[in-house]
Amino acid sequence: MNKLTRRQMIGTGLAAAAGATGLAVAAKLAQRYGLIPPDSGGIYGPGATLTYAAQRIMTRHTLAREFSRSQISAEPFPYPVEPLGEEFGRLQNAAFVDWRVAVDGLVARPGSFSLAELKNYPASTQITMIGCEEGWTYIAEWTGVPLARVLEKVGVMSHARYVVYRSIQPDCWDSIDMSDALHPQTLLCHGMNGRDLPVPFGGPLRMRVPRQLGYKNVKYINRLTLTDTVKNIGKGLGSGALGAEDGYAWYAGI
Amino acid sequence: MSAQMSEAMAPRHALLVRLTHWLTALAFLGLVVTGIEILISHPRFYWGETGNVNMRPLFTIPIPSSREIVPTGYKYVLPDQNGWGRYLHFQSAWLLVGTGLLYFIFGLVRGHFRRNMLPSLADLSPKKLAASTGAHLRFQRPGPEEAWSYNVLQRLAYLVVIFVFFPLIIWTGLAMSPAFESFAPGAITILGGHQSARTIHFFLTAFLLMFLAVHVMMIALAGFRARMRAMITGRVTASVAPPVPATQERA
Repeated sequence: MNKLTRRQMIGTGLAAAAGATGLAVAAKLAQRYGLIPPDSGGIYGPGATLTYAAQRIMTRHTLAREFSRSQISAEPFPYPVEPLGEEFGRLQNAAFVDWRVAVDGLVARPGSFSLAELKNYPASTQITMIGCEEGWTYIAEWTGVPLARVLEKVGVMSHARYVVYRSIQPDCWDSIDMSDALHPQTLLCHGMNGRDLPVPFGGPLRMRVPRQLGYKNVKYINRLTLTDTVKNIGKGLGSGALGAEDGYAWYAGI
Repeated sequence: MSAQMSEAMAPRHALLVRLTHWLTALAFLGLVVTGIEILISHPRFYWGETGNVNMRPLFTIPIPSSREIVPTGYKYVLPDQNGWGRYLHFQSAWLLVGTGLLYFIFGLVRGHFRRNMLPSLADLSPKKLAASTGAHLRFQRPGPEEAWSYNVLQRLAYLVVIFVFFPLIIWTGLAMSPAFESFAPGAITILGGHQSARTIHFFLTAFLLMFLAVHVMMIALAGFRARMRAMITGRVTASVAPPVPATQERA
């Protein structure tokens, strides 16, 4: 034992106390500023939380890269989906005139929008990349109504923290935080490369979140729910069959 | 060597070097295993911004895939492991980055890079370099002086891995993150695009695995037990005294 032991022990003790206090303060701040993802529990929680918090801080006001018209992929790839069922077939045969998107939850004026109504809103167009978590990518021109515009119509209550969006496909739903929901490039997308959004790519309506991976861009959207927690939906992990409930991270900015 | 003497003597590797070495090894193991899992879901590589199964790949890895959509020539599809694989990949990446930062600050502040990594000018002469290369190519067992110091090729290899390969692999990894792309778009275009970044990331992994193979081989050649002991406990075999007074080496 040498002379430094006591001093080292005091130093280590102080450092540990400071570290613990720092962590507690950081956790409080993170909770307050929405830096904790719904899937923060479990053994991969620390990594998922660090990624979400770091990217939320870094990307507060950033825009997804936009490309030139010449960079649009000649051969985009639509990920195959399960058979879409009878109801979808009926709506498709009627050229989707009866397709509606219900909006409920923490909003002042719950209601629903027809596809025609959404198409009548001033459209936003972007040439952005969609990237699959598997590693492949393509670039397309996407046209749609900014989600923020729809949320403005229904009047989002101030304590809403997530937009949950559901597909006509069973168990297929996901959610994004308000930061992404109000982002100018987040679209309820109904057009692709100058035409109506084709069914294999999610037509008549898909969510487009260009700062996250493909699986957050859920196809065939027919319902939006504003909520302050996703704990009571499904398994409480923030996304359904194509996301967290299949073992994938809720936040897919990476 | 008595317990008192070993305590008074500086360790071969500082505690922080030993700690960060093994944490990096753990993080690298997690990254390689999950990286292979993720690769299996699309074992095709492209150059530029875009690439998918409708496009001609730059090259493909001739292995089966965990996705039906990938034409591999194999008649079966492997199970999807990307959920936990991606979680663990990024968690390991955080461990690597955190450990790397700690090591980097330590290395600068305590002179570890300058003293233990930077080769001396004399060692960089063509003659010395040729001699060291020759010794390595003949699988010559390193002499006792190397128990306390890295040789010139070893220093150069470590410097390249620490200051070139690791920063590049972190950069190319981040370049595949759509959120990071929005934060630093120039960091992707300068690499040639999203798919180029993915392809470079793959080759960097291959280089790091080759480094690891040579690294472990050299450890075995130099004396596996002695070198492992030095990197775990910091102690060197009693027969070899440190070349400088212990107080100077303590870091």
